[in-house]
Amino acid sequence: MKIEALPELVNNDAALLHRGRYLTTTFMLEIGDKQHIVKIHEGRITDVTVAGVMPTWIFALRASADTWKKFWAAVPEPGYNDILALVRFGRMRLEGNLQPLMANLLYVKEVLASIRKLEVK
Amino acid sequence: MNAYIEPITGRYINLKIQDVPYRIYYEEAGQGVPLLCLHTAGSDGRQYRALLNDEEITRSFRVVVFDMPWHGKSSPPSGWEREEYRLTTEAYTNLIMTVARTLDLENPVVMGCSIGGRIVLNLAMQHAEELRCVIGLQSSARLHPYYDTSWLHHPDAHGGEVCAGIVSGLIAPQSPDNDRWETLWHYMQGGPGIFKGDLYFFKIEGDMSDKLDLIDTAKCPVYMLTGEYDYACSPEDSRAAAEAIPGAELIIMSELGHFPMSENPEKFRTHLLPILKKILAAESR
Repeated sequence: MKIEALPELVNNDAALLHRGRYLTTTFMLEIGDKQHIVKIHEGRITDVTVAGVMPTWIFALRASADTWKKFWAAVPEPGYNDILALVRFGRMRLEGNLQPLMANLLYVKEVLASIRKLEVK
Repeated sequence: MNAYIEPITGRYINLKIQDVPYRIYYEEAGQGVPLLCLHTAGSDGRQYRALLNDEEITRSFRVVVFDMPWHGKSSPPSGWEREEYRLTTEAYTNLIMTVARTLDLENPVVMGCSIGGRIVLNLAMQHAEELRCVIGLQSSARLHPYYDTSWLHHPDAHGGEVCAGIVSGLIAPQSPDNDRWETLWHYMQGGPGIFKGDLYFFKIEGDMSDKLDLIDTAKCPVYMLTGEYDYACSPEDSRAAAEAIPGAELIIMSELGHFPMSENPEKFRTHLLPILKKILAAESR
């Protein structure tokens, strides 16, 4: 899975680590019927795993596999270029305690978008 | 790069709107047909920095850009600390017309983006006789709320960072990084609750759905330009508005988002220049 590349993509980006330096949280990223737990400590991605039984998370981003595929295109098409675009058109649901997400919105958006770099390579 | 000074003049004007005194900052460049430009919600006149520096435009147009009260270098009115800022159609319309009259902008073209793209439709409806035409960037009659705007003014999130975070995706992926981040910087500098207060007009009070057919484009032509990556005011929203205004002209701009004049001025001008030429041609007829 592409999101397994998150630690490498994020933890080697000094500017991104600085942006997220006050964020320590666990969020759930749902790709179709598969749920992934992403752990962040002071802006570093410390763990990305497939959710087991009874996963605990603070906030969740849920979308279909097709939606994520279009979101992660090297140059996404209109309506798929941002998580709020996905929300706007009913393709994504945000759930849970959104405070850590909203207080670190530029950081989280950049973390998720970093996966597009894999497409460029 | 050699140091140079831009041909833009910035000044403050003091005026009254319905007996309330305001101190408003404005910039201008060029001479000719007055072209009054309106910035987006929660930002300021710096969004038009490239336009004010565009010699091909300032040769024939007197470009004037002002910061709305509470925005940029314009002050909030006295007593602002005891009220919640909420923009309304009436206040916004009075502001623009008062600025235009006070600066002697005779029969101006008014171009606005986002909330500005909305209010120019109201100007075309109410003040057609005073205006040459309007240009709506990212224009719509109404918007469907798609996020909780209380986050824009909340002690649990930094206002500047969250406002920039909310709008960052409205910029097209193709826009250059320097202009993208300058556009976001303006959002990061907005006063507390101001972006949210502008959105009160944009998302709640300023619905124009039922009034668009009252616009007479024979008296005040309506040009509309919308970037394809905008999902706040999507191309579909602009299309719906254009179809409801008999005679309105709409162009969908590829590889541009919600802030065309600021996020990618080079690409934006290729769409704007033909419209400005058309306006000048109508002038000489």
